[in-house]
Order: sequence, then C-alpha cells, then structure tokens
Amino acid sequence: ENLIKFLEMWLEAGICIAVAILDIGLIFFMVWSIICFDELKTDFRNPVDLCNSLNPLVLPEYVIHVILCILLAVGHYWLTFLLNVPLLLYHAYRYSSRPRMSVHGLYDPTQVMNLSEMKKNQMEGWTKLIAYLVCFFFYLFNVLYVFLSAES
Amino acid sequence: QQQQQQQRYLESFDLLQKRHLLPPHPPKMENPEYGDRRNVNPELFCCTLNAIPETQSLLEKSRIPLGIHLHPFKELSEEELPVIYSGIILRCRSCRTYINPFVTLLDQRRWRCNVCFRVNEAPEDIDCDVSGGRFVPRAKRPDLRCAAVEYIAPSEYMMRAPQPTVLFFAFDISSTALQSGYLSVVCQCLKESLDSLPGDSRTLIGFLGFNSSLHFFNLKSKLSQPQTMVVSDVDDLFLPSPEGLLVNLKESRELVDSLLDQLPSLYDKNQAAFDPKSALGPALHSSFKLVSSYGGRITAFQCSLPSCGDGQLKARETSSDLSSKAKDVLYLNAMTDFYKQLALDCSGQQVAVDVFLLSSAYADLATTCCVSKYSSGCVYYYRNLNNATLAKFRTELKRYLTRPIGFEAVLRIRTTRGLSLHTFHGHCFVRSTDLLSLPNTNPDHGFTVQLVIEDSLKDVSNVCFQSALLYTTSRGERRIRIYTLVLPVTNKLRDLYGSANQHAVVALLSKMAVDRSLSSSVGAAREGFLSALLDVLAAYRRIHPGAQQSQRLIVPTSLSLLALRIHSLLQHRAFRLSGGIPVDERIFSMMLLKCLPVSDLLRYIYPSLYALHELSDEHCVPTKGGNAYSLPRLHLSAEQVSRTGAYLVDNGQALSVWIGKDVSSDFCLDVLDRPNFASLPELMTEFPELDTSQSKAIRDFVRQLQTRKSAFSPSLLIFREDSRFKSTFTQYLVDDRTDSSSSYYELLTN
Repeated sequence: ENLIKFLEMWLEAGICIAVAILDIGLIFFMVWSIICFDELKTDFRNPVDLCNSLNPLVLPEYVIHVILCILLAVGHYWLTFLLNVPLLLYHAYRYSSRPRMSVHGLYDPTQVMNLSEMKKNQMEGWTKLIAYLVCFFFYLFNVLYVFLSAES
Repeated sequence: QQQQQQQRYLESFDLLQKRHLLPPHPPKMENPEYGDRRNVNPELFCCTLNAIPETQSLLEKSRIPLGIHLHPFKELSEEELPVIYSGIILRCRSCRTYINPFVTLLDQRRWRCNVCFRVNEAPEDIDCDVSGGRFVPRAKRPDLRCAAVEYIAPSEYMMRAPQPTVLFFAFDISSTALQSGYLSVVCQCLKESLDSLPGDSRTLIGFLGFNSSLHFFNLKSKLSQPQTMVVSDVDDLFLPSPEGLLVNLKESRELVDSLLDQLPSLYDKNQAAFDPKSALGPALHSSFKLVSSYGGRITAFQCSLPSCGDGQLKARETSSDLSSKAKDVLYLNAMTDFYKQLALDCSGQQVAVDVFLLSSAYADLATTCCVSKYSSGCVYYYRNLNNATLAKFRTELKRYLTRPIGFEAVLRIRTTRGLSLHTFHGHCFVRSTDLLSLPNTNPDHGFTVQLVIEDSLKDVSNVCFQSALLYTTSRGERRIRIYTLVLPVTNKLRDLYGSANQHAVVALLSKMAVDRSLSSSVGAAREGFLSALLDVLAAYRRIHPGAQQSQRLIVPTSLSLLALRIHSLLQHRAFRLSGGIPVDERIFSMMLLKCLPVSDLLRYIYPSLYALHELSDEHCVPTKGGNAYSLPRLHLSAEQVSRTGAYLVDNGQALSVWIGKDVSSDFCLDVLDRPNFASLPELMTEFPELDTSQSKAIRDFVRQLQTRKSAFSPSLLIFREDSRFKSTFTQYLVDDRTDSSSSYYELLTN
C-alpha cells in the first residue's frame, strides 16, 4: 500500500513537471512566432520565408497543447483543464478556418502582409504568450506544492 | 485657389430632384494645384480624398474610404515623362525619398525632404544641367519641376546584370483546343509580330505544346528543321535537351518562322489521336524550369480544364448551378494552392505567367488565375472564338505581344510618417509593408492601396506620396519611374466632402467588394456597397445644415455620381446574384475590376451609351492623330433610347449596337447597306464599308473606340430591336428596373 501511494505521488509529480515543461515549449513557440512577425514588419524577413518557418510549427504546437490537456485530465486537475478548454476550441476554430493550402499551417504568404491580418496575428501571439506564461507560473507553483506536500 | 475649389465642391443638391446627372463627356479627375508646382497627372496617381483628414477618427466620421490609385507603367510621351539620362540621383539621407518638386530648397547648398523633414546636403552641381554641363537654375531641373520623372539607374540599383528578354509560349494542343482552331490564329499573329516583340538582339524565345504529354521543340540554329521531343510521363518531369529549347530569336529566326508555319497543321485535329487531356500544371512547371535562370514571361494558352499531372482540377460547377436562381455564388475560391505556390516560385525568380483561357466549358479560372495574380501576369478570357470575338482576340493578342513591358520590377510606395499602407489590390506579390514585387510590369495594370492614418497628422500641412518603380526595360536598361503626389491636410469634415474624388472612391469600393466576395460571399459584398453608400450619405446629412428634417436626399456635388455608379455595380456581371452567370465569367469580371486602371474601370462599371444616329461632323474634333469624334454620353436607361435611332453601348469589353424598329430607311441604306429595317439580319459583326459620310463617320468612331490604348479591344455586335440578342443590349440599361433588381430611382427613394 505504501508502494502504491509512493507511485501515485511520483505520478502526480511527474504529471506536474511534464505539464510545466510542455508549457515552456509552448512559450518558446510563441516567442519565436512574435520575433518572426516583428522581423516581417520591419522588413528583415519576407513573407515566403516567414510562412516556411512558422507553418511547420503550427501543428506541433497544437499537438503539444492537446497532450498538456490530456495530462491535466489524467491528473484530475479539473479546474486547470477547464481553463485550457477555450484555448483548445480556439485552436480548432483557427485551424478549420485557415486558407486552402497544401502544407499544414495557418499562414498564407500572399495574405500575411495585410495590415489587418498582421495585427491579428501579432495580437494572437502576444495574448497566447501571456496566457502560457501565467499558466506556467501556476504549474510551477503546483510542482512545488506537490513536492512540499510530499515531503511533509 | 484652393479655397475656390473647395467652395465649388461643397455645393450640394437634392439627388431626387436632379434626374440627369451624367456629364456628357467623361469627366477629368483633378489633383490639387500648388501654384507653379504641378501635381502628378491624376490618371497616373490619384487619391480618393484630395484633402487628407488629420486623424483616423475624422476619416471614420466621414465614412469615405481612403486609398490611392496608381498606374505605374502607363505609356507616356516624352513631354509627360522626362527621362533623366545622367547625373546623380538625389535622395534623402534618412527616408530615401527621391527629390521631387515639393521639397523645400533652403539656401545654396541644402534642401529639406518633404516626407521626413530632414535637411540634406545638395551637391555642387545642383544648378547645372542634369548631365553636369551648362548652368541651369535649379528650379528648371526636370526632377524639380515635374512630378513624374524617369531616371536611368546606375549599377547600385541592380541585383544582377540586366538579363535578356525571355518570352516563352505554351500552347494547349488537346483535342478540344484544336477544335476551336485558336492555334492557327495565334501562330499567324505571332509570326506577324515577331519583329515588333519587346526586346533587342539578345531576346530568347521558346515554345511548348501540351496535351496529356509535353511536346518540346528544339530550335537550335544549327538544325535545319525544328525538332519535336515528346515527354509522355508528366509526373516525373525532365527537360529532354539541355539547350535548344530556349533560343536566341535572331539566330534561330528561320526555325521559329517554320515552326509557327507548321504548328497548326502538325496537330491537325483529324490526324492527331483523340487526346482531350490537358497537363497545364506540368507544362507551366517545365516552362518555369527553362526560364528561371533568366526571369522573363511565360504565356500559356489554355482551352480546357487541367486534367492530368500536378495541378489537375475537377469540374466543380455543374449546369444546375447555372440555371437555378442560386442563393449565392459558389466556387469563387481556389480549389488547390498548386498554382499559387507556382506563382510564388515564379515571382522569386522574376518570371511572370500570363494566361489566355479560350474555353466555353468550365475551366476553373478561379484556381488557375492564381498563377497570374501573384506573379503580376494578366489573364484574358474568351468564351468562344466566333466572328465577333475573333477580331477582338486578334487585336488584343497583337497588343499583348507588342506593348512595352518591364522586367524584374519592384514598386515601393513611400508616404509621410503617420500614414500606413493597409491592403494592396492588383496583380502583384507584397514582399514587405511597402514593397511590391512585379516580375513583369505592363502598361495596362493599375494598383490600389488602402491607407490607414495611424498617427495624428496635426503638425503636418501637406502629405506626400511617392511611388518608385524600379524596372529593367526590354532592351536591358535599368530605370526608375517616380510619381509624386502631395495633398493638403485638413481638420474640417466639410473639406473632406468638398474634396472627395468620387471616381477614385467608386474604383476603390469595387476592389474592396471583390475581396469581400472572395473572402465571405457575393451577397455580403452587395450589402457592403449599399452600406457604404448609405453611410456616406447619412454622415453628410449630419453635417449639412437643414438636411435632417427634410425628405430630400442631399448629396455634395463631389459625390453626385456615387449612387449611380454603385447601383450599376450591383447590376454588374461580377456581383449580380441572378441570371445564371458562369463562374469563370464572374471571376474574369472580378479580375478586371481589380486590375484595370481607373479610367478603364469607370467605363467598365458604368458603360457609355451613345446615340449613333446623331453622329455627324459637328462632333468631330481635330486632334493630333487625325479626327476624333466625341459624342455625348447618355444615361443608361430606356427613356433615353428611342425606337427611331441606333445606339451603341461601350463597356470596354464589347460594343453592342442596337437598331431601333422605326429607324429611318435612309440610315439603313447609308450605314448598313440594306433598304429597310425588316431586311436587316439578326446579328452583324461589322459595319459594311460604304461611301456615305455617315457610314464613314460611324466606322471611324467605332474604330476609335476599338483602338484605345488599353489591354482590351471591344468586340462589335450589331443587332435589331427584335432579335434574340436584344438582352445583350438591355442588360446594360442598368438604371431601369429589371426582374431582379430595382431601378436607380427606386434605390434612391429607399
């Protein structure tokens, strides 16, 4: 019985750490995306290069976020899971309304230079970055909490 | 004088009272004048508002869209566009604006840029002639006197040495294509124009035929006959010969001539095996591979839906979509992005692709036109090649082959700080926030940019727009063409209405509507038109004293024709919801709306109606090139059309002539060579050549309309009042009520 408890505790800790690390990955994706759009605006990158570097990262980001949500569900963190569900729905909506293209991705080089589209993408990048950061601190706190409560 | 202009424009009137608004002759747009410093010709560069509001909120209060229209490569004479052959090109140090007539010349050695207000050093020879020779006061230098200037660019402006002109032609030789017989027409026109093709002795030329396989032609000058090489596997493309597929025109001239002679009979429809498939995608891909090291132009002639190889498409539109009263229009968007990707690859290598579609069946123009849209090419569409359209095809093809074009071009638009460029309309690829990449520039394309006022313009009294087109001529010379437009800034709402340029506004609205149709739906675009019109009129009513209470519809004089033109747009083939318009035709109309320059666009939106039977010598105006006729235009309404006359409608694409039932028999005899109305055939495609003065005048007038300097030469159709083709004419009478739409008057009262 003690063994089961031990394993359970380590599982919980493992989930917390995994969630935190996945969130770091998401943060890096967002930072890279923001940097790319900024370079586009200040003429250091052309739209074709931008799309070629950002499009391959779109699906991996969504997949990582899905894994994160699954882990949260497995670890019974229902409140955090519910907080992540809107983002999941938003990702599904964004992907389903992408322009018709053969590669997997969201950005079309001929439309990404429209000022309104560019502003929308930048706003999305910043908002998601802030969301992921806030969640990260939350997960980190959770990790510490799990370890501290394990020690006690 | 500025005040006087604005006072004049601010007059308003009641739209419901004044029935006949249309000025008899196409009005000229005006750009504001600044004393002796003339602004650029408005046909080259104009703005929807001739006075820019200070803040974005002021602009939104007036509900007038803000945008600029540009016709960068219009054919201009030497007086209209001085060319500066040598000397240093003066540019501002910080913002890199070219020197223009509106800079402030401070003392002897300094000048202030009018875009960023930085003070720059003037070189010592600013008072000399541009070639550094005689003394010419600085104010007389062409680049300080004219707002439209062309420079010869030194080598710093070149990414690589100017390349020879490369022209490549891809012909559809599937059985449907051969049935239409276009190949003999094209080969004949090409043969006749070989000497006047753009380029010099370095010009390279190549040909390719495609059905379900690719037929390459080896034209190496050492051969005695052109050699055909067939590649049947279109999925695994390779070029059969390392050289000889793209040859120097001068050296291989005899081979090219003999190929053009043989080509129509080589693929005679009876002899060739029945091969209905068309591998357009692989053909374009191989052409691109051949041409990519130089850049240049690929011309593709297509006659059917691409059905094999990469980029094959399915027939999406069925006949049931055409006949039913569809709720909305389907299949306006591209099905696959193969052609868009190809266009982007071409654009990166400075290759432009032009498409000629000659097909009456569905050929999914919505997808294949992407290859031209983003590589700055152009598209021509002919539903069938009967008598009337054959002449049109020939004329347009000849102009296409012989008009001056520029290669490897980039267009940069600089504006005063505070304004930013929002969306670009036109066939181009937007490489950066203010830079358009145009692998080919041609004289019949116009571009439009929507603007947004990001920062307040309070401390600026004049806003400057400068467009710089850097291109290589077909003779290998690198040139820069600069247009500068300067507009005052205002903080009063009344001035905005007083200075609105309604022609530019309508042009911009139509392009925005095309975007809206493609992104949401045609119905949404139609609502957009109505809401744009209503918003502008409502906003004007709010500021006009005394207009709120009355029932009258007050509009400013500067926007008087706006409602008329928007009503016409709602009936236009691009935006009409009923009537079973084939998707390809609709897409082509939308593309024309997007890329025609402003004057052609206005004629396309609101065709000109002329009373032909009234044409006489008093309408003759002597001009430089002979006699020109200027007939007054009429409103497009049945009340202007009387049974006793003959009328002509011109929308740039087709001239429709309608002969009334009670037309005088003198007219029939003099002009149409028939004794009376009853003996006229149902449909004629040209006026017979008779010796009477009236026939001569009419034929001259028609020829004048058909030989304008524009990409499109309208085809001529003449029919009687009771023929079955009369709907072709009456569809243009847009001011009247039809089954599915209200009349202009009714629109105003609603």
